[in-house]
Amino acid sequence: MIRNSASEMAAKLAAGETTSVALTQAHLDRITAVDADVHAFLYVDTEGALAQAAAVDAKRAKGEKLSPLAGVPLALKDVMAQKGVPTTCGSKILEGWRPPYDSTVVANLKKNDVVILGKTNMDEFAMGSSTENSAYGPTHNPWDLTRIPGGSGGGSSAALAAFEAPLAIGTDTGGSIRQPAAVTGTVGVKPTYGGVSRFGLVAFSSSLDQAGPCARTVLDTALLHEAIAGHDPKDATSINAPVPQVVAAAKSGDVKGMKIGVVKELNGDGYQPGVRARFEESLELLAKAGAEIVEVSAPNFEYALAAYYLIAPSECSSNLARFDAMRYGLRVGDVDGASAESVMNLTREVGFGKEVKRRIILGTYALSSGYYDAYYGSAQKVRTLITQDFTKAFEKADVLVSPTCPTTAFKIGEKANDPLAMYLNDIATIPVNMAGIGGMSLPSGLADEDGLPVGFQIMSPVMKDERMYSVGAALEAALLSKWGAPLLDKAPVLGGAR
Amino acid sequence: MTLSYDDVIAKYEPVLGLEVHVELNTNSKMFCGCSTVFGAEPNTQTCPVCLALPGALPVVNEKAIESTIKIGLALNCSIAPFSRFARKNYFYPDMPKNFQISQYDEPICVDGYVDVEIETDEGPKTFRVEVERVHMEEDTGKSLHVGGATGRIHGAEYSLLDYNRAGIPLVEIVTKIVPGTGKYAPEVAKAYVAELRDILRALGVSDVKMEQGSLRCDANVSLRLIGAEKLGTRSETKNVNSLRSVERAVRGEMIRHAELLNAGGRVVQETRHFQEDTGLTRSGRSKEQAEDYRYFPEPDLVPVAPDAAWIEELRATLPERPSIRRKRLQEAWAVPDKEMSAMINADVLDIVEATVLLGSDPSKARSWWLGEISRIANDKDVAIADLTITPQDVAEIVALVNAGELTDKLARQVVEGVIAGEGKPSEVVAKRGIKVVNDDGALMAAIEKVCAEQAETAEKVRNGHLPAAGALIGAVMKETKGQADAARVRELLLGHLGQGN
Repeated sequence: MIRNSASEMAAKLAAGETTSVALTQAHLDRITAVDADVHAFLYVDTEGALAQAAAVDAKRAKGEKLSPLAGVPLALKDVMAQKGVPTTCGSKILEGWRPPYDSTVVANLKKNDVVILGKTNMDEFAMGSSTENSAYGPTHNPWDLTRIPGGSGGGSSAALAAFEAPLAIGTDTGGSIRQPAAVTGTVGVKPTYGGVSRFGLVAFSSSLDQAGPCARTVLDTALLHEAIAGHDPKDATSINAPVPQVVAAAKSGDVKGMKIGVVKELNGDGYQPGVRARFEESLELLAKAGAEIVEVSAPNFEYALAAYYLIAPSECSSNLARFDAMRYGLRVGDVDGASAESVMNLTREVGFGKEVKRRIILGTYALSSGYYDAYYGSAQKVRTLITQDFTKAFEKADVLVSPTCPTTAFKIGEKANDPLAMYLNDIATIPVNMAGIGGMSLPSGLADEDGLPVGFQIMSPVMKDERMYSVGAALEAALLSKWGAPLLDKAPVLGGAR
Repeated sequence: MTLSYDDVIAKYEPVLGLEVHVELNTNSKMFCGCSTVFGAEPNTQTCPVCLALPGALPVVNEKAIESTIKIGLALNCSIAPFSRFARKNYFYPDMPKNFQISQYDEPICVDGYVDVEIETDEGPKTFRVEVERVHMEEDTGKSLHVGGATGRIHGAEYSLLDYNRAGIPLVEIVTKIVPGTGKYAPEVAKAYVAELRDILRALGVSDVKMEQGSLRCDANVSLRLIGAEKLGTRSETKNVNSLRSVERAVRGEMIRHAELLNAGGRVVQETRHFQEDTGLTRSGRSKEQAEDYRYFPEPDLVPVAPDAAWIEELRATLPERPSIRRKRLQEAWAVPDKEMSAMINADVLDIVEATVLLGSDPSKARSWWLGEISRIANDKDVAIADLTITPQDVAEIVALVNAGELTDKLARQVVEGVIAGEGKPSEVVAKRGIKVVNDDGALMAAIEKVCAEQAETAEKVRNGHLPAAGALIGAVMKETKGQADAARVRELLLGHLGQGN
């Protein structure tokens, strides 16, 4: 049952073939069996999940009208505030903090009766591409436990790939949903910026952060997308417009007559041969399905990474200032006679990890008077140019595509001491965040040289998220008939099921 | 040793700069729905947003934007078609996010002015104080330093934090430098803050209570030698909590600077704290090394782009400028300057006007509010506005007196009754049984009784010693519980004692 898609599970629940309690228990059992190896979860809310499941079953028994995903379990990235449930953001500085409120995403999940199993591991404050920056130890890729599951949302995608949950919530600031999806053979979507409320998402970089749905199929991702999206008056940057019809798009999967633009700059040098091969193959399948493949150019993308590493750290240096031991979380050095300033210093020294400190220092520097124009100011100009590149490209194509990341999953520890190499992993995902558009990653197969999953990225214009779902669903269907079975069936069998 | 003020102005020209922070009187905070009521239990008016819990986001209070635009319009500013919030980054325990959401290089209102009139040696003179900008920001929480002698952080045993104030909407009104005021700098500073306070009050956007901190003034003062071009180093005096203090602080700083400069020293650029008891300032934070606040546009908020039509709508709602209104009322009521000042100082102008509009004679309305009612308010140590008596009540009382149904003395009893919560004037009259005794029969009975009791005095009057009648009239009034019309009593008494005409 746990290998079903979320929509299959939902159908079984609706048909009375199983109950949410049974389904939830099956996933809790799976977590118990495999999570010692995978370490996708930081906190498993056994009681809360079962109580929620029982409540949904009771509603169903009474014949209440339920939402499409009612009773289906989900894994929540630990960057989302959930009332009463520990929320650490993968950081020591928030150890023990239980939010007194629900994020809007969590409130929407609860409203839709989606059962929240627990909180998943992540790079500290979502800063990283491997989940190695978690203060609570790395997550392991279910395809190869010695490899990274991507990041920052490695816990969420690993939970999906390990069948610990059929649905997950991620957040994507520079690729933190899409890159983990790519390297674990799962699906992840970063909606249009403002499409899903950020209220209760612990901020890394406010102008780039976007929560989104993760699952094992395009349709499941779409169902979750519709459950969490929509205007939220508590988030000033939330878009006040109807949610794009992503479920309908995922169901039809029609690409006939669509123009698909291949971004010249996001393919070529630096991309692993197996990644390129799977990408070309996917393009052929889309062409066969009736899409027209065109080439587009985005000359300013080459500056995206540099600009990102000025904007994101600048915003983070300010966003993370609130972690000062005064009101919540860790407090260090609170001895008789200690000043507030020394408690703040000691707490931040002990509470933040190396990568977080690196970015706070970087951002503090970039915003300093005398450097602002050269760094933060220039980066904002690059951002405008990237947005213009997208605007022009979308004049020629309905969606844009690229490999999600240049390589397959690397080994744990391989790039831990080389931040620049780590940063390069996000080269194809970052432009999407810079322009605030939508982006999806779905599996396009395994690289021949290492047998590891490869991701295919689809980018759609602002609030045209349905387009990437149409293309994603078409490609998924074509690949499935080519493979004969879901890609994850090729993943090694884990833990208890062995 | 202290220089005289005359010595200072003989040699130096003062240059002012005034920054006024105004707490808006919106019901909710700047970026969340928490209440803004003053004086609640510490930390009861807080939520995830104003406590800066992880994940919480600000949302702009539309009402605060409206109030700020009104202020800008009232101060003759241009309203920016596009303005943004920015983050001002610095660490302080009473600032929950460790940044303040403020406005930096794109404020909502710019380039205005306020004309203030002060009395000079050559008669009344108008000074124009130019306003550089009006911008929105949020207030911080409050730190209470416990233990130690001074209530300051140094030497304190521990500090308590109250976040009720964190996130209260603040508007900061910054003037350009104000040169050319010469020896009148302290008066101009005071008049500017007073005018600003009146304008804000007329707009109804703030409580403007300096003593509660809803209007706070920072006075920047520098001196330069008369005729010099270059500005001197300024000091920034905070904690100036009354109009009088504004004047004292400017004067005090001018003298302090001049003493330093005369002694060959230099003025340090710093924050200074005004001390109400001594009228002096003490040194605070040095600003010699400018703090780097790392301002950048607030990414959690969208730009403020007020619609031009909305701005015009707001402009149409602006009340009459207080200075113009004062002149109009003074003329209409034919009030001497001194009386007018008394009303302004006692803060009864609005209430007197309301009473007059309800039909009362201006001089009567003024004398009730400024006299008896002010006295009661003083005795009770409350503001006049907090008494239960209303302009309707006073207008009714004045009308009753005019109709001869109350004497001035009885009217005072009615005022007392209304303030004591006994009801409207007519109700007080009924409950207390107050009425003018104008039944001559009853009065005659009382007169006869009094004359019998005080036969000796009555005899004096009968013999033409009229001043003695006062004692008898007083006794009759007492006999009739003050409800008689004293003039009628006098008439009847003198007639009774053969002194009538």
